[in-house]
Amino acid sequence: MPLAGLAKRLAAREVSAVELARHFLDRIERHRGLNAFLDIRPEVTLAQARAADERRSRGESGPLLGIPIAHKDIFVTRDFASTAASRMLEGYMSPFDATVVERLAQAGMVTLGKVNCDEFAMGSSNENSAYGPVLNPWDTSAVPGGSSGGSSAAVAARIAPVATATDTGGSIREPAAFCGITGTKPTYGRPSRWGMIAFASSLDTAGLMTVSAEDAAWVLSAMCGFDPNDSTSVDRPEEDFTRDLARPVAGLRIGVPKEFFAAGLQPDVERAVRGALETYRSMGATLVDISLPNAELGIPVYYVVAPAECSSNLSRFDGVRYGHRAKAHGDLADMIKRSRAEGFGPEPKRRILIGTYVLSHGYYDAYYIKAQQVRRLIADEFQQAFTKCDVIAGPVTTSVAFGFGEKAADPVSMYMSDLYTIPGSLAGVPSMSIPCGFGDGANASRPVGLQLMSNYFDEARLIGAAHQYQLATDWHRRVPAAFAG
Amino acid sequence: MSLRPEDVQRIAHLARLAITKEEGERTLGQLNDIFGMIERMRAVDTEGVVPMSHPLGGAQRLRADVVTDIPDRERNLANAPARQDGLFLVPRVLE
Repeated sequence: MPLAGLAKRLAAREVSAVELARHFLDRIERHRGLNAFLDIRPEVTLAQARAADERRSRGESGPLLGIPIAHKDIFVTRDFASTAASRMLEGYMSPFDATVVERLAQAGMVTLGKVNCDEFAMGSSNENSAYGPVLNPWDTSAVPGGSSGGSSAAVAARIAPVATATDTGGSIREPAAFCGITGTKPTYGRPSRWGMIAFASSLDTAGLMTVSAEDAAWVLSAMCGFDPNDSTSVDRPEEDFTRDLARPVAGLRIGVPKEFFAAGLQPDVERAVRGALETYRSMGATLVDISLPNAELGIPVYYVVAPAECSSNLSRFDGVRYGHRAKAHGDLADMIKRSRAEGFGPEPKRRILIGTYVLSHGYYDAYYIKAQQVRRLIADEFQQAFTKCDVIAGPVTTSVAFGFGEKAADPVSMYMSDLYTIPGSLAGVPSMSIPCGFGDGANASRPVGLQLMSNYFDEARLIGAAHQYQLATDWHRRVPAAFAG
Repeated sequence: MSLRPEDVQRIAHLARLAITKEEGERTLGQLNDIFGMIERMRAVDTEGVVPMSHPLGGAQRLRADVVTDIPDRERNLANAPARQDGLFLVPRVLE
């Protein structure tokens, strides 16, 4: 049921927040095999639900009051463990709630628990979680995508009606595409990063996994807003992202970047995406050919910028104030080195090493500054494109979800999974993935995502365009058979 | 450019990561693959391009230099791997 429907039933007292929380907790329990959740505490969830019911009985209302939500384990929470899916933070209890968590709680949302992800949000398949991978509800031999794989799988399996997620290079859009749900990454700086365990600070953006674009509009409106605790938070008035839901797409100019349809794109993904573009055209939108010539340099740029920032951010894990400390160690320096060696998994270690190297003496200009310069070229190309179109559309990924183990041994091939999502991350523009079909042949049960991007702060229009497509199609309403009912 | 095994040990030391010889050797090939992929970026002409450190540009906001935190000492210490007398405990650094 859409969130608006749940809200209506809550408002009409046809269902209580406690009943709703119990319904989802039961589903979570029944589908533990997906490994989507890392921490559930029914007593905490039910206490929050009771509080929501009490707020309503005191006369409060609001579209999110009593609606359950799952939080990606990158957001710190006072009442649930926050591990970033790393051994480094096993059992860590934060002294405070992330701003995003706090804002959604103020709106009355009830936390179902914490969901799995790639360790420190580094990965494209969820295979980097220290607590085991999440399964894709559509095909359990396929990865759910990453890093927000627990968020996407939970929503796809309808064991959570909505989940928070984070996107640094594609970590919302790629898993949303692989799991056939709606993923939304707003403009960088719109949602607060305070309490989001930092990976790459100039890229990290909080967002959402939802069943529909309409659901995203409701929750995003409550989630975003200025936060003095985040030095890159954008100081702008809060917005109602539902305002363009009814706006027709007739006259909408959709830019189609030719670089997103080049060699490497699998035919079944191209077929589904071209079909979605055709749907938009039949609804009155205009398709415009555009070019993002440097977009393909996004991956090398990203794998300098993101590791550089990660090596700096992850230096805080020293086994002194919190996190893992090695049992056997010598002096302080040795304790730090061994604690980090034991606490971090292979992918964070790889990225720390890359980042440390590109920031080291003699290499900083050649790598980090160079990457920041090419990043600007890519961002400038987006600004040129947006003079010709309102929205950019294309595939999210080159293929449907791949199988477990297929790319795990080869980091570079794994990194290529984010070919189409990284350019928008580097530019910092808002972007979504919405379901638009399924693969061919053996991949007939694996979903395909359509990526939509807009210019900075144009989320309302972007979400509206996605919603109009969802009014005309039913891909977003499909539920994997094992999880229906 | 190609990293050598001793480079990996040097970088790991800078990153304060203990790595075994075998781990270093395994990582070496992967790091060289990654840097091979990164090379493409280095060929781009960026003469005169201002580096982009943040999508929305501009200087980062500073906050007023006033005490704002209410430290919850117990909660902050609760995650410490070792503590004593309300303080974080580390191996002795001064004799």
